[in-house]
Amino acid sequence: MLTKRIIPCLDIKNGRTVKGVNFVDLRDAGDPVELAKIYSEAGADELVFLDISATAEKRKTLAELVLKVAATINIPFTVGGGISSVEDVELLLNSGADKVSINSSAVKNPPLINELAAKFGSQCIVVAIDAKQIDGDWMVHLIGGKVPTKIKLFDWAKEVEQRGAGEILFTSMDHDGTKNGFANETLAKLGSLVNIPIIASGGAGNMQHFVDAFTIGKADAALAASVFHFKEIEIMDLKNKLKENGIEVRLS
Amino acid sequence: MSQNITETVSAPPSGAGGLKIVIINYGAGNIQSIKFAIQRLGYEAVLSDDIEEIRAADKVIFPGVGEASSAMEKLKSTKLDVVIPTLKQPVLGICLGMQLMCNYCEEGNTKGLGIFDVDVVKFSNVVKVPQIGWNQIYNLKSPLFKGIAENEYMYLVHSFYAPLCAETIATTNYELDYSSALENDNFYGTQFHPEKSGDIGEQILKNFLEL
Repeated sequence: MLTKRIIPCLDIKNGRTVKGVNFVDLRDAGDPVELAKIYSEAGADELVFLDISATAEKRKTLAELVLKVAATINIPFTVGGGISSVEDVELLLNSGADKVSINSSAVKNPPLINELAAKFGSQCIVVAIDAKQIDGDWMVHLIGGKVPTKIKLFDWAKEVEQRGAGEILFTSMDHDGTKNGFANETLAKLGSLVNIPIIASGGAGNMQHFVDAFTIGKADAALAASVFHFKEIEIMDLKNKLKENGIEVRLS
Repeated sequence: MSQNITETVSAPPSGAGGLKIVIINYGAGNIQSIKFAIQRLGYEAVLSDDIEEIRAADKVIFPGVGEASSAMEKLKSTKLDVVIPTLKQPVLGICLGMQLMCNYCEEGNTKGLGIFDVDVVKFSNVVKVPQIGWNQIYNLKSPLFKGIAENEYMYLVHSFYAPLCAETIATTNYELDYSSALENDNFYGTQFHPEKSGDIGEQILKNFLEL
């Protein structure tokens, strides 16, 4: 059976991990390659690298990092952050990324999704959607939730699927950072509206939250950062907990 | 960058026993990842679209991601569509590479290379398409899976599948039982990505290199 996926997310700035990472056994906690290796050996199913740097040198630095990660780990990984053109995607995929994630550039220029899907295949195009509730409606936001748009989450999710996205990474800005659990009802509704896999993001605080994201939220994968980086949750403990709850996971 | 990564990336081309491994480079695939996986196994691979170099290799890997008809057009533009079916050494098609080795791909209404006698079709909307993630392989029947236990998890990303057939050497279930690996004489194909499927995937790749 296809398993549910557990995906640690690493924030990258100028080729280094940004958020404090509490790994005592790391020689260099800022080295994304070393972190990636540790996660891959700890049982992560996939990794996401989110580049938050904004310098002119950024693409080159990111591509060099992607090359080093691809040389080191033997599980798939997605790269996102500031990707806005076919050339950006080509460079990252040629450097060894398995998938790329686009967000603001897709909102500003929706045909980009079609273009990327046609050129590289839907399977490697993830559309990340950040949303929060405004007067009861889930609205798409840009720049990490700072800038609201007039686009409704559910409409946008259907549109990105039609345009050829292979996967949706949905972050609830209402839940992100709260550690109170994922936006399960919204996830379940998204899952009923589109027929591509959905990665849940935002709100992970304990292992039960992941169980709920998969059972109530019907998510295909769950992404989290701090609970893994600060070792509040060990990936294999989490997977055993999921298995106890009848959720298919990869334990080997 | 840590020291051992530097060493991995720049491993000398001597490889283990001087095995000549060619990855067919036709502009449709995550070729870096396969090259790196081979390096982690202690071998070295060359990327090539040169017909003579491909013919002279001990092992040939035929990668592929993306859309079937455009990938087939790229193969045709370099005459590789004619060359690949005539190769005599072990050839491993991965993902779209495997699909293109079949008779026909529903995607883009694409005539395949006809190495595997099966037509590749799309999953229905009963399941999420594409299938993305880790799924089990079983009913393993090939030296490719030497030392590999039944029901290990492999990483798969695909919307189209090869149904079960006489050449099926591994089965996976998603909507239905389908071929996650095929074999015909010296030709092998895996729908899953051995280079992205952890240590067990790397073992399958190693088995192929040591056939």
